Amino acid sequence: MITLDSVSKWYGKFQVLTDCTTAVNKGDVVVVCGPSGSGKSTLIKCINALEPFQKGSIFVDGTSVGRAKTDLPKLRSKVGMVFQHFELFPHLSIINNLTIAPIKVLKRSKDEAIENAMQLLDRVGLKSQAQKFPGQLSGGQQQRVAIARALTMDPIVMLFDEPTSALDPEMVSEVLDVMVELAQEGMTMMVVSHEMGFARKVADRVIFMDQGCIVEDTSKEEFFGSARSERAQQFLSKILSH
Amino acid sequence: MGKYNWNWNIFFEEVATGGEKYYQWLLSGLGWTVATALCAWVIALILGFLVGVIRTTPIKWLSIAGDAYVELFRNIPLIVQMFLWFFVLPDLLPQAAGDWLKQDMPLPEFTTAVVSLAFFTSSRVAEQVKTGILALPRGQRNAGLAVGFTLPQVYRYVLLPMAFRIIIPPLTSEFMNVFKNSSVALTIGLLELTAQARQMNEYTFQGFETFTIATVLYVIVSFTANRLMASIEYRVRVPGYIGGGR
Repeated sequence: MITLDSVSKWYGKFQVLTDCTTAVNKGDVVVVCGPSGSGKSTLIKCINALEPFQKGSIFVDGTSVGRAKTDLPKLRSKVGMVFQHFELFPHLSIINNLTIAPIKVLKRSKDEAIENAMQLLDRVGLKSQAQKFPGQLSGGQQQRVAIARALTMDPIVMLFDEPTSALDPEMVSEVLDVMVELAQEGMTMMVVSHEMGFARKVADRVIFMDQGCIVEDTSKEEFFGSARSERAQQFLSKILSH
Repeated sequence: MGKYNWNWNIFFEEVATGGEKYYQWLLSGLGWTVATALCAWVIALILGFLVGVIRTTPIKWLSIAGDAYVELFRNIPLIVQMFLWFFVLPDLLPQAAGDWLKQDMPLPEFTTAVVSLAFFTSSRVAEQVKTGILALPRGQRNAGLAVGFTLPQVYRYVLLPMAFRIIIPPLTSEFMNVFKNSSVALTIGLLELTAQARQMNEYTFQGFETFTIATVLYVIVSFTANRLMASIEYRVRVPGYIGGGR
C-alpha cells in the first residue's frame, strides 16, 4: 500500500529525514512514535505530498508521490488525513465539511454525499451536530468530525498526524475509540502518536524515530517486550512511567 | 473676518449663466463621485483579490510579480498616478493608441479617474487579501489539499472564504477611502463633488454653505458604505468563530 525507500529531506542544510525506509501493507495499523523533532510528522506529511522530499522514493498504491507528473489531488483524494489541530473548515457547517470534497472532487450528487456523510457522522456519534459549525464543537468532537470527513472520500489508507495531542485529556478516549473501531474494521492506518495504549491495543507494527531516522521498525510485541535500541527504551520508560 | 452673509437658499438659486440651479451642480457632482468610486471599487476588488492570491501561492515568479505590482501602485501618490495615466501614458504608447486615448476615448476624465483609482486601490486590497490568507492556520491549506482539492479549489473553498471574513474591517475602510479619494480626480478635470463645490464657491462666494453641504454628502456616502459592509459582515459571520458570537 505504502512503501518508502531511503527518503531523505532537508530544510536548507538541516537534514530532517535520513534514509527512511519502511512499508505499510494493506490492513496494517502502524504507529509511529518518537521524541518531538524526530521527524515523524514530517515523514507522514511526505507520504501525502504535503511536504516535499529531496531523495528516495515514496509509493502509495503503486503511484510515485515524488514524481513531478503525478496527479497529486487524485492521489490525495484516496488518502485520508487527520491533523493535530483538526483543521475543519470553520465557515462550513459540519455536514458541509463532510460533503464539500465528495461533491467537488468525486462529483457525487448532493443527496448521495449527504446520505453518506450522515452515516459517517452517526458512526462517530455526532449525527445530532450536523447543522452546527466547527467552532461550536469541543476539540474531541471536532476531531471525530475530521475523521468522518476523511472517511467520506472512501480512502484506501488513513494517515493520522498526532490526532490526540491537541486534545484535553478527557477527550482523548472518545477519539481513540473511533480510531480503534476503524482499525478493527480493517482500515489501513499510519498513526503518528504517543498513545501507547492505542498502539498496544491495535497496532500491528511500531516505528520508533529519532533525529530523522527510523530507529526501530518492529512488531508491537517485540517493541513493547524488548525494544532493542537504547534510545527507544529510554523514550518508553519516560512516557510509560506516568 | 468681515461680515459673512449666510444664505442657505443659494442652492435653489439659478446659476448665473442660466439653466441650472446650484443644488443640481452638487447632485451631478455627487453622481460622478459615486459612479467613479463604485466602478473603481469593483475593478479594485477583482484585481486586488487576484494579486493578493498569487502573492501567497507557492509559485515563485507569480508571487514576485504580485509583490512588484503592489509596490508599484502603493508607493506612488494617487495624484501622481492620475497625472501619469492622464498626461504621460498617451505619449508613451504607440501613436495610434495614444491618439485614441487623447481624442476618441469616451469620457476621458471619468475613465482615467476610474482606472487610476482602481489600480491604486487594488494594491491596497491585494495587501489585505494576502494578510487575510496568511492569517489562517497553515494547516488549513494542507487540510484542503489532503481532501483532494486542487490548489485553485483550496483557495476557492477553503482559504478565501475565511480570509475574506477576516479582512472585512480593513476592506470597509478601503471602500470608504475610494469615495473620498475620488476627489483627487478634480485635478484631471472630472466634475465630481469637490470640483462642483469649488466651482459653486467661485460663482457664489458662499463657501461655507457650499462646502458644508459637500461635506455632509461625503459623510452620508461614506457612512452608507460603512453600513453596507457592516451588514455583509453580519450576514457572513461564522458561528463559534471570531465576530460570530455577537
